[in-house]
Amino acid sequence: MNQRLPIMVRLAPWLFTIALLVIWEASVYIFKIPTFFLPPPTAVAKAFYDYWWPIYNNSLFTLSTTLIGFALAVGFGLLLGLVIGWSRTIYAGIYPLMIGFNAIPKVAVVPILVLWFGIGFVPAVLTAFLISFFPIVVNVATGLATIEPELEDVLKALGASKLDIMRKVGIPRSLPYFFGSLKVAITLAFVGSVISESIASNYGIGNLMLQAQAQFQVPLIFAGLVALAIEGIVMYWAMAVLERRMTGWAQRSGFAQG
Amino acid sequence: MTAFVDLAAVSHMYGGGSGTLAVDDLTLSIGRGEFAAVVGPSGCGKSTLMKLATGLQFPFKGTVAVAGKKVSQPVKIAGMAFQAPTLLPWRTTLENLLLPLEIVQPHRSELRRKRKQYVERAENLLASVGLGGQSEKYPWQLSGGMQMRASLCRALIHEPQLLMLDEPFGALDAFTREELWCVIRDLHATRQITVVLVTHDLREAVFLADRIFVMSARPGKIIAERKVELVRPRELEITFQNEFQGIVQELRDHIVKARQ
Repeated sequence: MNQRLPIMVRLAPWLFTIALLVIWEASVYIFKIPTFFLPPPTAVAKAFYDYWWPIYNNSLFTLSTTLIGFALAVGFGLLLGLVIGWSRTIYAGIYPLMIGFNAIPKVAVVPILVLWFGIGFVPAVLTAFLISFFPIVVNVATGLATIEPELEDVLKALGASKLDIMRKVGIPRSLPYFFGSLKVAITLAFVGSVISESIASNYGIGNLMLQAQAQFQVPLIFAGLVALAIEGIVMYWAMAVLERRMTGWAQRSGFAQG
Repeated sequence: MTAFVDLAAVSHMYGGGSGTLAVDDLTLSIGRGEFAAVVGPSGCGKSTLMKLATGLQFPFKGTVAVAGKKVSQPVKIAGMAFQAPTLLPWRTTLENLLLPLEIVQPHRSELRRKRKQYVERAENLLASVGLGGQSEKYPWQLSGGMQMRASLCRALIHEPQLLMLDEPFGALDAFTREELWCVIRDLHATRQITVVLVTHDLREAVFLADRIFVMSARPGKIIAERKVELVRPRELEITFQNEFQGIVQELRDHIVKARQ
């Protein structure tokens, strides 16, 4: 799908990124911004190089808590989405609860999780899970709820059971919604794990940044941000590839790609 | 002629006992192999009639019988097509056609064993509506008219005895619509099935049907019945003849009255 794109379109992401870094670097010099306020990209790169081992270790920790929390969210979200899409009664019962639950800022839940599970790994996983399952549930349920009534009639008239309609139409239909929601969910999962790490953990990028802040190592804080951005981009990209692989039929339009 | 689809004094409403009546005291019977059309102003309960006759809804009052049996569950000998082709976008045309066979008995349990035979049946059916060689295409690779043809094939794949069409050509342009009239005409002629066509296009009704029922505005009931005795096979040219246009005019008068 990419091979036909004009060269400028293919180069654009790199050019824009380089332009951003150059403007950033130049502004720091031109406006004489002190490094402890906003370090230039070169200083961030140097911090990245100097501290690559702790950054690497803590990134792995953050990545693992995020991915485990995300995996839980996928499993639970898929299941709950199917249940909600299956029955109007369950939908009516659970939906208000879900909205209320989703409205709670997850930062506020971390102290409770720490109370139950101590600091470190478990609260980070659970925060990632709690923050990322909602979009999955909503999307799966939406996919199921938008089955064309005519098609349902055609199948029902043939004697199709509810399970038949779910299997043949509902679930395949909701897959694009599901895979689409994974991109949102993985990004949120990082938010969850980093929040928990910065509040209650001795490991992880969140914790690393907190310590760097305490020691006034501002370039290291930014290096932590860059590490998070890299992880986030890689995982988002992985989800996007997965989405395209699994539900290519739903993305036939050249509009979004062009 | 024995009645194949028989509605006797049927009243139906949605939303339990308190809703408004969709159809009221509706009586009509359609013979086996007959092509019947139901016309009426919009919102007259034509679609309710479809749901009642296929067992998707059960009447609040009166009885519905199909093929001599009182309808108490979905009528599996019926095939349905609607204005929207509702093909599944993740399946090829062929796989879309096989969908009903994955649901309806006895084909459901025989599908794996007789798959080759069913695929052949689907290919033949596609060829008969002018979609030969398109079976591996996805719905979005087909034009609107082609999608409608595929949808018709899906309605016919399990060889139903009754074909229910709910404004099937409403979304198509005039030329494609006339092409598909001929497709339906030929399917009816070769397969000897009973067809019930719900439409608001009077020319379509007169061109295709043996008998036309005119429904009143909500709550719908039959206010007129008109036999169409134009000789078959009918060609599109007859739509310009005086006799044809006379019938259309007559139906139009009924509808105008029904809307008042």
